[in-house]
Amino acid sequence: MKGQGRGLQVYALLYLLFLYAPIILLPLFAFNSGTIIAFPLQGFTTDWFAQMWANATLRTALTNSLIIAVSASILATCLGIFAARASTRFEFPGKGGMMGFILLPMVLPEIIVAMSLLVVLLGAGVELSILTVILGHVLICMPYAIAILSTAFSSLDKSLEEAAYDLGETKWSAFRLVTLPLVMPGIISSLLISFTISLDEFIIAFFLAGNQPTLPTYIFSQLRFPKQIPMIMALGTVLVALSIVLLALGEYFRRRGNARMGGNPTGGFL
Amino acid sequence: MAKGGLDAQARQGYTLIAPPFLYALLILAAPLLTILTYSFLTDGYLEVVRDFTWANYVQVWTDPIVRTVMLRSLMVSALVTLVTVLLAFPVAYYVSFLVRPEKKSLWLFLITIPFWTSYLIRVFLWKVILGYNGVINSSLTGLGIIDEPLTFILYNVNSIVITLAHAYAPFAILPIFVALEKIDRSLLEAGRDLGESRAMTFWRVTLPLAMPGVLAAVLIVFIPTIGDYVTPELIGGGKIPMIANLIQVQMLALDNRPLGSALAVTAMAIVALVSIVFLLINRRFLKVRS
Repeated sequence: MKGQGRGLQVYALLYLLFLYAPIILLPLFAFNSGTIIAFPLQGFTTDWFAQMWANATLRTALTNSLIIAVSASILATCLGIFAARASTRFEFPGKGGMMGFILLPMVLPEIIVAMSLLVVLLGAGVELSILTVILGHVLICMPYAIAILSTAFSSLDKSLEEAAYDLGETKWSAFRLVTLPLVMPGIISSLLISFTISLDEFIIAFFLAGNQPTLPTYIFSQLRFPKQIPMIMALGTVLVALSIVLLALGEYFRRRGNARMGGNPTGGFL
Repeated sequence: MAKGGLDAQARQGYTLIAPPFLYALLILAAPLLTILTYSFLTDGYLEVVRDFTWANYVQVWTDPIVRTVMLRSLMVSALVTLVTVLLAFPVAYYVSFLVRPEKKSLWLFLITIPFWTSYLIRVFLWKVILGYNGVINSSLTGLGIIDEPLTFILYNVNSIVITLAHAYAPFAILPIFVALEKIDRSLLEAGRDLGESRAMTFWRVTLPLAMPGVLAAVLIVFIPTIGDYVTPELIGGGKIPMIANLIQVQMLALDNRPLGSALAVTAMAIVALVSIVFLLINRRFLKVRS
């Protein structure tokens, strides 16, 4: 047993190294004064961060991305609440099919979603803007929101709501005063995950944004120019740090929610 | 929703599910139906002509370029899936069977973090790691192990496979982990008590019970990788296109929407076919289980 365990442990640690290899390299190149992304490293510099800070297009892209991510995460979470509530609390014919259809974007290749939406929008004469990106992002964030929210709603004790009805609360006030606070950690976690997905989403933003830049499409356009790459590495470092903070927060709220309802703290984001 | 005959519960259920369902109908079903319709129409100059035709499908199925790209996409996805699932299984096994329960969520968290960080930059960094003057080649030449840079990892199908196997790792680990977690540990002890060796217990008890998770992992890796647009574009430098790149070129660069739609529909049909085959296999395993 010991020998087998040791071997597997070494393998699992090597695997983690494989997973983290790009993320470990990112800050190395971001603080490296050489203009070429290769070893050996030259010297320490923070110039790339300064260059990033001064870049006006990047700032526009960031603003666009934030508007998109905030709107998409709120809309996806709101729609997700409806779906999660419906699927965990009520039984009705065709529920599986309808839920399956809503969750479909999780497994559908994004290029298909983006292309078909683009064809329809162009056909209908809708002008491409960050609004059309939001439409697409809500669609692809919704399944993840539902997955998280369903866990939150399904561990909810039904008798708590019934107690509220018995004490004279209406359906809506019982939902607001009892259910909502209990699933709040799930909602926050869903908002954070949807925000992270939207902020990082490239394909839909690439095809549906028209000439508006978002962070990923800006990064994609700059990867062609070797001169810009150190700055992109700096940007990547900031983004990675940001997503780790957001994810840690999301995980914290998810676990707190689980602990509050007596669940066991295992499971992940998917 | 006029469902007079339904009970109150069903009515409430429909009312609640209506907003997300209608949203999905509008933003997903309507566009999908549109490209399905387009795929049977004729391409005119600057517009789509409303004449029914099979020509787009005939072209998709006979054009050698399309066939090459389609086969390449299938092969790359199959390879990625195989590599990802094989590499992921021992990790899922380790976390499920050998990590202490209170440490499990930390491991899962560590495994999922890289997945959520900028996809584009991760893909680009693999190019940096695997490239001609990349991390691997420059370290190996620096250490005097090789004289010439390794060419088998250079901007080709292998590098696409490595990059995608990295990108989809958590997708494979999580379903396998969930399946392994569900296995009743006393079954394994029973196997051992009945005189099976450790390897035989794994082969005859653990693996069959983990199979639904493995098949879920296969699907969940296979479907998105076949439609990956970024990796062939960045790693392959646009020289080794996969189906997503071809769809994009037809739809936008060449502005042939009917042919692009036919490509998209064909790709979806192939993915759906593969998925159905796997779901049928999965059903067999689930039946064995119950």
